[in-house]
This record gives sequence, structure tokens and C-alpha cells, in this order.
Amino acid sequence: MRVLAAMSGGVDSAVAAARAVEAGHEVVGVHLALSRMPGTLRTGSRGCCTIEDSMDAQRAATKLGIPYYVWDFSERFKLDVVDDFVAEYQAGRTPNPCMRCNERIKFAALLERGLALGFDAVCTGHYASVTADDEGNFELHRSLEMAKDQSYVLGVLTQQQLAHSMFPLGATASKDLVRAEADARGLSVANKPDSYDICFIPEGDTREWLRDFVPSDAGKIVDQEGNELGEHDGHVGFTIGQRKGLRIGRPAKDGKPRYVLEIRPKTNEVVVGPEVALQIDQLAGSRYSWCGKAPENPSEFFDCQVQVRAHGDTVPASAAIVDGELVINLKEPFYGVAPGQTAVLYVGTRVLGQTTIDRTRSAVSASV
Amino acid sequence: MKVFLDHASTTPVLQASLDALVAALSEVGNPQSVHSHGQSTRALLEDARDELALAVDCNRSEVIFTSGGTESNNQAIKGIFWERNKEASRPVIISSSIEHHALLDPIEWLCKHEGAQLELVRLKVNGEIDLEDLERLVQEFGDRIALISLMWVNNEVGIITDITAVTKIAGSIPVHSDAVQALSHLPLSFKDSGLAAMSISGHKIGAPIGVGALIVARSLKPESLLHGGGQERGLRSGTMSYPLAKALSTAVRVSVAEMPKRQAALKKLRDEFEQRLLERIPEAKISAGDAPRVEHSSNVILPGTKSDSMLFLLDEQGLSVSAGSACQAGVLGPSHVLMGMGYSEADATACLRVSFGHSSKPEDVSFAVQAIANAYTKALKAQAVASRT
Repeated sequence: MRVLAAMSGGVDSAVAAARAVEAGHEVVGVHLALSRMPGTLRTGSRGCCTIEDSMDAQRAATKLGIPYYVWDFSERFKLDVVDDFVAEYQAGRTPNPCMRCNERIKFAALLERGLALGFDAVCTGHYASVTADDEGNFELHRSLEMAKDQSYVLGVLTQQQLAHSMFPLGATASKDLVRAEADARGLSVANKPDSYDICFIPEGDTREWLRDFVPSDAGKIVDQEGNELGEHDGHVGFTIGQRKGLRIGRPAKDGKPRYVLEIRPKTNEVVVGPEVALQIDQLAGSRYSWCGKAPENPSEFFDCQVQVRAHGDTVPASAAIVDGELVINLKEPFYGVAPGQTAVLYVGTRVLGQTTIDRTRSAVSASV
Repeated sequence: MKVFLDHASTTPVLQASLDALVAALSEVGNPQSVHSHGQSTRALLEDARDELALAVDCNRSEVIFTSGGTESNNQAIKGIFWERNKEASRPVIISSSIEHHALLDPIEWLCKHEGAQLELVRLKVNGEIDLEDLERLVQEFGDRIALISLMWVNNEVGIITDITAVTKIAGSIPVHSDAVQALSHLPLSFKDSGLAAMSISGHKIGAPIGVGALIVARSLKPESLLHGGGQERGLRSGTMSYPLAKALSTAVRVSVAEMPKRQAALKKLRDEFEQRLLERIPEAKISAGDAPRVEHSSNVILPGTKSDSMLFLLDEQGLSVSAGSACQAGVLGPSHVLMGMGYSEADATACLRVSFGHSSKPEDVSFAVQAIANAYTKALKAQAVASRT
């Protein structure tokens, strides 16, 4: 196969590319330039924030003996990922930009361009596995090592995208093995630290970064009954489940700490309440997709597990399509789930599908 | 098969230059030293200076050896600006939007940190410098002008500027020219040009990378960028590399001597390339096709493509050409030269520069036309996919 290896400059994508080469594929390395700095005198020219990463990726490609190119996706990335991220926060939701990037950039813009240029697949360093059955149905599964498993952020991929995706690290038992392999292959990135931050927020402080994009007007902090408890300096500064920094003068009647339960951008209100009110027993969203083959009869509730954070726990649930929404009834409650997060459904190790959460239902009042 | 048609980026080292380099490398002695070893390497350095001065028609003491075009441009722009604007009375620098970044960026730095004021000369519709507009600027800013800097030949599209006309308009105002792409491609006389300073680079004409020169008129005393031992008229401190100087002067001598014959041959290749490419891809446009331009290179706009896709598809077939300029991380932006000339951003990201040089062969033309035609179809498809939303 002709494989386009997306190389971020990190150790995982370098080893993934190396394994693709070793498996006998014809591999070309490509680094995605995703952000640009404002042009200066050079009208229209763009700077980059990824010089070091790009060089690391290039050194790895040289070591593997594969051609290497930098492709500019900064325009698409800004439209599809950064602007979406800002808009979601503005709407009081909590987005996952990595999923959006996988959905719109890596396995869409990059993959489509790769296919048009004569490639068969895109290879990345994600920890997950793709399998195919005899009928050509593709399935996405968790990686062998649960601690590194990244199947959650790939839950947005469809059958068509899985058919052209390659994750050579999926069957690796640990990250240490990947680093050892990088070292043995002479890759200079063997000991490069992992990145955990959102790539376009250099300091890692999302809330501070958002202040440049979202106006932060002061508003009210209220309880579930609507009583005013204090003031906040912009709802974007809050996240559901947050306890610290609420700056509420009076203690609660029961003396227990209060948590952010809901953000209401329209009225610029932040609703707080007791921890028990964070319990969610139902999730629903209209932006759903099936990862591989859809269930036989999706309008009838079927058993699954659901995960709502990249490295979060799963809970047992049943799900079905009801009136155009993927509705997920939780058999055990989640705490503090925000609209905008993604719920990924699993059956065993297999990823079944996902939805961006539009609404949640409180297990306590069943009305939030 | 691999074909290199990117000679305007860098061109293979000439055998004579390589021989001169190796011979000089076997000599020992700091050219500044008093002893006989130093005297013999000094002799090599000064031979090189004579050789270079003869080839570009300047006085031997006007040759300042540097590390290349970027250093020469920085030294010229900053050095002349600092000297002329000592009293803060001449902050104006006149230049154009299609200069090389090695020229625009030092000016931008001066604007940001030293109070310089950049005035851009307008371009004519065909991309040439509008000399009437230059006259207007010279009249408007007069004695407030520190210097004028306009490149002799543009590196991306090959447009030639009438430097003698520029220096006439400038009168007593010092004019610098980046002549990196002009040397050995055009007859060039520093003395007749009326220039105050001129940058040249070795690796564009068959010398190794890492050496160039700034020709500085004797009447001019620019401030220095590098301070130290006071070598090269006090302008360029640092132990002088006589091997690189010798390699440079040899390459300049040889390539200038061979210029008439070589350029005629390269013009034939270039013209044939453009004609056959336009037959295969009638939508293609030759940038600055109506302007006076050098004969060995061609800038082609392939509407509906993106140059990064094209470069990938061409590299895959073994053809090395270039497009615009890439940032440090390797991202190809739209060509600031085409943008400066008034082309759209879409056109400025759809260009390819194909440049022929002393090692080019007639069969390179058919190879390049075929490779570009193959790539064009795929690149159009890739771009159609990308613009789907």
C-alpha cells in the first residue's frame, strides 16, 4: 500500500511510521502545519509555531529513509477546529478539539488529499486497532494497553475512514516499549516528553487563552431555585463540575460545598448546587455517527458501555436512536458531564459510535 | 531518473571552483599573519579579490568577502542606514514589495527597532519597477532618504530592473542592489551601474554555499555589522576564508566568461519548456511573461493547483523545482512576489519556478513537461477535494 504517515514530531507517530515501513508499505511522511502567525511585511506569508516539531519529524523521516513534506492545513484547522472550539465555549459547552481534528482534519482533509494524490491510507501514532471481517466491515478497537488507549478520540471515524486508516501502535503493550523501540531504531525523539495540552493553546491555560476570543461580561451565580448567590466575571471561566473559585459569599444551607451544575450563556448565569445534583443518568445528542457497521436496529435500545472523557471510566448503558437523537440511558450515574463533550459507545473493546452531547439529565431532579 | 531544475535556488559547484577550493585548503596560514605562511594565503585572498573585481568591473578595494547574499544584504541595508541616519534625519528607505526576504526582513527590523520608514515603489502592470513612481518618491522624500535598494533580477519571476536608470533618478542618494540572481546571467558592471553597493552570492553561480561578497563603492563608509579584527576595510571582521574566496572568484570568472554561450543555450531550453508546457496545459500562465526577464528561468502559474501538492507530485517523479518561499518549518506560503505584482492569493499559491543551469540538458525539457502534466491532473483533483466543504 501507499501510506501517508502523519508525523507530528513525537515518538508515537515516528514509531508508527517506522512500523509501516517495516511492514513493506511505501511510506511518505507528512507533517501538518496547523497554526499560523500573523503575516508581517511579507504580505500573505505565514509563520509557524511548529518549527521544532517539524524538524523532529523530518529527522525521524530521514532516519526511516522516507520522503518528508510539510502540508499546510492551517486554514482548515482554524475554521473546523479552533473556531468551533471558541464557538462551543461561547455557547456554554465543553468541546474536545482533538476529536474535531481527527474528524475534520487528519481523517478528512488529510485523508482526502492523500487519496487524491494516490495514497491508500493514512497512518498515525494513535493507540487503537482497526480490524476487518470477511465481508469488508471495519471495526475500531481499544489498544492492547488500556492506559494509553486512544480509541475514544477516534470514535468519530466512520466505516469509510476506518477503511483507509492505519494504527500500527494498537497492539503494543506499553508506551515504554514504543520508546525503547524508538531508541533501538536510532530515532532522536525516543525520549521526547508526551504532549498533553491542546496544541493551539501554547501555555496550556485554556481559560486564559479563551479570554482573547470571548467577551467576559460579569453575570450572576444562582442556585437551582434561581436565588442569586454571587457574581462571576464571565461564564467562559467556568466548567461543569467545578468547585473551586466560585467566590460565593454565603455558605450553603447544608454546609456542603457547591459545584457548577449548568452554564446558561443566554442569561450569562452560572448555576451551582450540591454534588449530588451533578449526577447524570441520561445523555443525548443529535450529532452522532457509527464507527464501522451500525447496529442492526438502532431504534431499539441495545446494551453498551459509554465513555465521556479521553481517559475516563466507562459505565454500562443502553442506547438507541429516538427522534433523531442518540439517547443513552446510564445504568450507573456519571458526575459532571457537560454538553459539548463526546459520548463514545463501546461493546467490549469495540467502538460502536459516538455523539456530541447536546443535553444531559440529572439523576436527582430528572429535570436539569 | 532525477532531474534538477532548481538552479536559481542553488546550482552544482563548477569543477574549476572545486579545484581552486581544494588547492587553497591545502595551504596553511592566517592571511593576517606577518610570516611567510600568512603572506602566501594572503596572496591567495588578494588574487581572489582581483579576479572578482575584474569579473564584476569594480575596484579591487571595493570587494568585501562575506558569507553570502543574506549577509551582504544585511550589511548593506543596515550599514548604510546607520551611517546615513546618524542624526535621525534620513530615516526613509525606498525599496519594493518583490525583494528577497534577505532584504525586506532587515528593512522591517530597522523599521521596528531603529525608526526606519519604508516606502515601496509601485510596480507596473507587467511587474516591472515603475520608474516614474520612483522619481516621485525621490522628489517627495529627497534628503530624508537613507538609501534606495532594488534588486537587479527578481529571484522568483526573473524580472530585470534597469539599475542604471534607477541610479540616475537617485542622483546622490546611495543605491544598493541585490544582484544575486543577476551575476553571470546578465552583463554586469559595478562601475557603470552607478550603484553604491551590490550583493552577490557564490552558490547561485557554481561556487560552494557559504561565500559571497558585498561590493561597496570606495566613497561609501557604511557602519559595520561585525566588529573585531577589522578585516575587509573594517567592514567585515573575522579571519578571512581564502579557500572560499578563491572558490568564489574562480566560479565568477568562469561563469561570467561562459555567460554568452551558456545563456543562449539556456534560453533555448527555457523557451522550449514554456512553449511545450503551454501546449500541454493551455490554462497555465507565465508570470511576468510581458516583462524583461532573465533567460534561464520560468515562473508558471497552474490555476487550480496548490504548489505544495505539485512539489510533492513532481518530487515523486524525480523532478526538483521550487515554488515561492517556505517558512522555517517548511510551510509553503503564497509567493509574496506574485502577491506584490498583483496576482491573486490563489495564483500566488499555484506557482512553480523552473530554472535551468549549467548542468541542464535538452532532454530535461521533455522530462519536466511530462512530469508537470502528470502532476497537474492529480493536483487539480486534490485541490477540488480540499475546497469541498
